[in-house]
Amino acid sequence: MRGLRILGRNIRDSFKGVWRNLSLSLASISCITITLLVVSIAMILSANVNNFTSQIEKDVTIVAFLNQDIETKAIKKLETEINRLQYVDKVEFKGKDDIASEMMAASETYQNIMSDWTHEDNPLQDTYLVKVSDINYISSVAKEIGKLDGVNVVKYGEGMVEELVSIFNMIKNVTIIIVVALILVTAFLIANTIKITIDSRKREIEIMRLVGASNTNIKIPFFFEGLILGIFGSIIPIIVTCYGYVALYTKLHGQVFSSIIKLIIPEPFIYQVSGVLILIGMVVGIFGSLRAVRKYLKI
Amino acid sequence: MDLIRVRDVTHTYKSGVTALYDLNLTIEKGEFVFIIGSTGCGKSTLGKLLYRELKPTKGTILIGGENVGKISNRKVYKIRRKIGVVFQDYKLLEKSTVYENVAFALEIFGLTKEEIHEKVIKALELVGLKSKVKMYPRELSGGEQQRVAIARAIVNGPKLLICDEPTGNLDPETSLEVMKVLESINELGTTVIMVTHDINIVDKLKKRTILLNAGRVLKDYPKGEYTK
Repeated sequence: MRGLRILGRNIRDSFKGVWRNLSLSLASISCITITLLVVSIAMILSANVNNFTSQIEKDVTIVAFLNQDIETKAIKKLETEINRLQYVDKVEFKGKDDIASEMMAASETYQNIMSDWTHEDNPLQDTYLVKVSDINYISSVAKEIGKLDGVNVVKYGEGMVEELVSIFNMIKNVTIIIVVALILVTAFLIANTIKITIDSRKREIEIMRLVGASNTNIKIPFFFEGLILGIFGSIIPIIVTCYGYVALYTKLHGQVFSSIIKLIIPEPFIYQVSGVLILIGMVVGIFGSLRAVRKYLKI
Repeated sequence: MDLIRVRDVTHTYKSGVTALYDLNLTIEKGEFVFIIGSTGCGKSTLGKLLYRELKPTKGTILIGGENVGKISNRKVYKIRRKIGVVFQDYKLLEKSTVYENVAFALEIFGLTKEEIHEKVIKALELVGLKSKVKMYPRELSGGEQQRVAIARAIVNGPKLLICDEPTGNLDPETSLEVMKVLESINELGTTVIMVTHDINIVDKLKKRTILLNAGRVLKDYPKGEYTK
């Protein structure tokens, strides 16, 4: 009960502290707001770029064309062998008849040409469509498949895929660096603004020590103050993120430039971004506040 | 019965200046003691050692049997809860009311609102400021601000009250008002140690007076014996 009373009083005092030092509190909140807005934009960009790249990665497939004279038994054996290879995620068999049917369904011209083909007449090749778990290893997996008995030729968009992969990796790395750098800068900026707020209350801390407050007694209200500043500071960025992203998504119909580049569906994405924003706000607020108080605690 | 025993205490600051040399003194429970001396004699250093703002370089300081020099910085609060301290510059929270300033010292103990109210009103009554609970320090005179500081120092019922130049910023008349408050607190059983350079007050009150000179006790005048 006593502990609860102290906690309740600390929380109440934290609000009082924010209110009584309103101008400096507003400076801290504004600083948090502005930097979290930038972080939010960077996070949304980064997540969408990652989403786009992983979408493309998923679509890249190795096509292994099998020998014309391959027997059914050998086809089955080949599947097991391909599955055994490292980085192979999914193996799907597509027989020459299936391919012919697909082609006929897609175009009337093909329909006219292929409709009379029997299984023996069909000049197409049976194939295995192979997806890899890590696109960075696509060429080595393709090479290994090419070495297997019964495989005639392997295609996976050589050259173009490697180039795409390196571009995606670069984009991913750059966005990660930008987001991490922004978070660090934010933490530093917010911590410093809060530090100025706390510095102005040196006397208060001195009096607290004088009347017998332990270091924990002193830290707790400032902990909550940092928390409050962090939460208040993340309100506007969260609102802007939620409404802004939904508006953008609606306006662009969920895609950028063409249907290939799809935006991440707003829900639950905006809630995840909001969660991260409030978390950054709280952690940085508390960190900044406690770091500033520590200076006066004479530990 | 002894409340304070200072034994062979020397204090040297980081700058190398020694403020006190092998100081010895004993203060009994319920005493009212003035510590006087010229500027730089070490009286404020002694005060700071007693409320454990400083640690002695050598020697021991026992308060109620506890060696305060051995208390770590993290545990200082434990001794501070047993000692009230009053300063020349009042050290009040400007943005808090009189009531809040005094209650501040109790809030850390987790008392109920009612308990806090009762103690704060009692302390403010003792210093004659019950009617000014809602006022802010800037709305009070210097003497009143010092009385708020005294109320804050005694609200927790400490056995010892250390006053470091409490009348330093006050005119003679207001100083006497503050001294009356301190005397009444002493009469209720609290030991009062007052560091001062205000000889007129010391002369008027005729309490035990310890005269320091160059970091040593030059003379310890028993109650009623000090004259200017």
